[in-house]
Parts: sequence; structure tokens; C-alpha cells
Amino acid sequence: MSHDKTMNLTLHVWRQNGPKDPGKFEVYEAKNVSPDQSFLEMLDEVNEDLIKAGKDPIAFDHDCREGICGMCSQVINGMAHGGQDRTTVCQLHMRMFKDGDTIYIEPWRARAFPIVKDLVVDRGALDTIIQAGGYTSAHTGGVADGNALLVPKDIADYAMDAAECIGCGACVAGCPNGSAMLFTSAKVSQLAVLPQGKAEAKRRVQEMTGALQECGFGNCTNHYECQAACPKGINVKFIATLNREYLKSIF
Amino acid sequence: MQLFTSTVGRKVLMAITGQFLVLFIIVHLLGNSSIFIPGGINAYAEHLHALPPLVWGFRLVILCVAIIHIFFGVQLSLENRAANPDTYAVKNLKKATLSSTSMLYTGLLLLAFILYHLLQFTVRATPDIRVGVDALGRVDVFGMVTNSFSHGIIAFLYIAAMVVLFLHLSHGIQSFFQTMGWNNEKSLPVFGKIGKVAAVVFLIGYASIPFVIVTGILKG
Repeated sequence: MSHDKTMNLTLHVWRQNGPKDPGKFEVYEAKNVSPDQSFLEMLDEVNEDLIKAGKDPIAFDHDCREGICGMCSQVINGMAHGGQDRTTVCQLHMRMFKDGDTIYIEPWRARAFPIVKDLVVDRGALDTIIQAGGYTSAHTGGVADGNALLVPKDIADYAMDAAECIGCGACVAGCPNGSAMLFTSAKVSQLAVLPQGKAEAKRRVQEMTGALQECGFGNCTNHYECQAACPKGINVKFIATLNREYLKSIF
Repeated sequence: MQLFTSTVGRKVLMAITGQFLVLFIIVHLLGNSSIFIPGGINAYAEHLHALPPLVWGFRLVILCVAIIHIFFGVQLSLENRAANPDTYAVKNLKKATLSSTSMLYTGLLLLAFILYHLLQFTVRATPDIRVGVDALGRVDVFGMVTNSFSHGIIAFLYIAAMVVLFLHLSHGIQSFFQTMGWNNEKSLPVFGKIGKVAAVVFLIGYASIPFVIVTGILKG
């Protein structure tokens, strides 16, 4: 059975000590990697060897390791999260690779995401966008009955699809313009269609896109790379919705 | 005016001015097609220039639209470059196309072509231009165009410019629908195809004129 065999891989990993350090690729050998390991487990073992050798381990972001927290953030062979459909790095398995493969691992690259160390970037700019309007501030009183506020099924589904965003920043990493438009549009769309969010829809789209611009993200030019990079399958139709909401807000 | 400063506002401006320019190339292609009717293009040119206020009004509008389109296109491209200064060692684009990633370059090439085109057939200042009068005493546009396009290099230049136009439009037309917010999951691929088909129609329509002249199918 081929999947019982272990493999040896050559890793080119981006090492950078801080936002001002120029950074460079270091080459590591990952030996006896099981195809059943996740990508992060493979990196854990490389790090153990580095620690045993008295070297600085590779810094990378991770948390839940079950594909829902949005912490892991690596560009693997030029694709955010490794390029497997709807998969975060932690859910990417080594069976995706072959013995002898060379793998390039890089951090999210965008001006708005300064590198903290190695593969760890500061994604605080996404929080700034949410703080600008990604919420509702209506007083809702006590807890209402579940069926007191009726939301049609198709609207609920649409909002839920947008709410799937985990804020990992892959859309920014994949965008040739370093734009966070997919991220922003998911929150704008989710709230714009729901009764709780409609009241502030105009202010929200203005302020969130304004924050996007101020944070140093690029402009959307409809490449749709964001959708290909998104581990949650957020569709670019939400960007169309954002554009529509924006036009509604200025006229 | 936030339409001129905001990220989505300027995107909308690009889309609307771009679509104006598409409307112009539709009209221009229809006008050009009169070259296939005997005496057609001379009659078309004479009727058009019999109405100077219309011609100049039209030129002024197109000039303003083009200036907005070019100015914001360059500005947005420079901003986007600044927002993504470090590229990846390994590049692996999945959805972006040659057409979508080269909009700035194809746009600037088209600008250069348009300046040459105006200098040639509008100002009539290039050395290849021979303007006479036809049998009815009208300016012989047909003779002028067939004479210029009988030079292989000029015909090639025009056909090459139309390939650049095709690249620019195959992203630009479908992009308009997304930017105006008219897309949903179902319409997105449909508009994508419509945009590409329209771009092919423009390519064939425009490139056919220098092609038929340089190959001798249409004789001057």
C-alpha cells in the first residue's frame, strides 16, 4: 500500500526575524513523513529536529487545527492554504505530496499584513475593517422567540454562506492586488440581507470599504483569485453585492 | 465626491467609462463596416462631417471619458502594486488570466495605438496618407484607407492592436457586470462568456478591414 510508505521532502521555508528584516528562504529536509500527517504535523516534526539541533524553530500560526479558526496561514507552492479546494493548511494532508517533492512555504504577502516572524503575519487590519462596521448596533431588548423575526430560507442560506468566512486572510494572500474585498464583502453581504443588519447597511458598506482603503489593502479588479484561495468557498457574488450596496449608499 | 476617491467608487467609474468606450467602438465598427459597401465609407464620412457640432460634441465626450478611464486606471494600478509589493517566489494563479493581469499594459498600448490612429486617419499627418477626391467630389476615405493598409507593416500593426484590444475587452466587458453589482452565482459565468464573445466579435470585425485590404481581397 502506497500510503503506508513514508516520504522525504525538501522544504524551502521563508525565514524572517521581524517586519524590518529582509528575510530569506532556508532549505530543510523533512524525513520519514507519513502521508497521514497533516501539513502542520509535518512542520512540527521539522521544528522538533531544529530544536534538538539548537536552532530557532519555524514560527507559524495555528490554533484549532480543525479548519475553523482561521489562524493557519501559509502560501504553499504559490497557493494560499496549499490550493486544495476548501481546505485550510491544518486540514491539508501529506498524501497530497509525493516522495522527493520540493515545497515552497511562504507567509501571506500584502502591505496590510506585516510579517511578525517567519510565516506569522499581523492580520489586525482585518479586525480594523470589522470594527469599522461589521456589526449591528440595534438594541434588540430581551431574547425574542425564535420565530418572532421571520427570515426567508433563501435569505438565511445566503447570509449563512457569507458568514462562513473565518477571517484567515487567504483572499488577501491570493489577490494579485493585495485586496481584502472578498473578506469585507462577506460581512457586508451577510448583514445587509438580514433584518437586524439592514438598518445600518449604508453606513456599514461606506465605513468598511473606507477602512479597507486606509489599512493599505489594494483595490479589487475582478481577478477572482480570492475565491480560488478561500478555504470556505466564499463566492465573489458577495463582492457584486458589496458593489451594489455601495452604489445604493451613495445615490 | 467619494466616487472619485473611494475604492469602490473609482472601480465603478472605471466600469462606466469603460462601457462608454465600448459603446464608442460599437458605433465606430458599424461606421467602419461601410467600407464593404461600394462608396459607403465616403458617403458615411461626408454625412458625418456635415454636422460639425455633433462630431465635436461627440469627440469632447469621448475625450473626457477616456481621460477619466486612463487616469483612474493608472492610479488604481499603482495603488494595487504598492499594496502587494513582495511577490511570491512561486506563483500559482488559478483564476486570474493574461487578460485580467495585463489590463494596465494593454490599456497603455491601446492609448499609444489610438494616438497613432488619430494622427494617421484624423489628422492625416503620417507619411503613408494619400487623400484624393472620388468621382462624386467627396473626400476619398476609401482610397486613403486602402492605400495605407496595402502597406504590410501598417496592416500588421492594426491587426496586432486589435489583439491587444481583444485582451483588454475580454476582461473589461465581463468585469463591468461584476462592478455594477449585477452578478450572482449563475450570471457570473454567463457574463464572462458574453464578454469574451463580444471581444472576439470586435477582434474579427476590426481586424477584418486591414486583413482584406493587405491580402488583396478588397481592392483600392
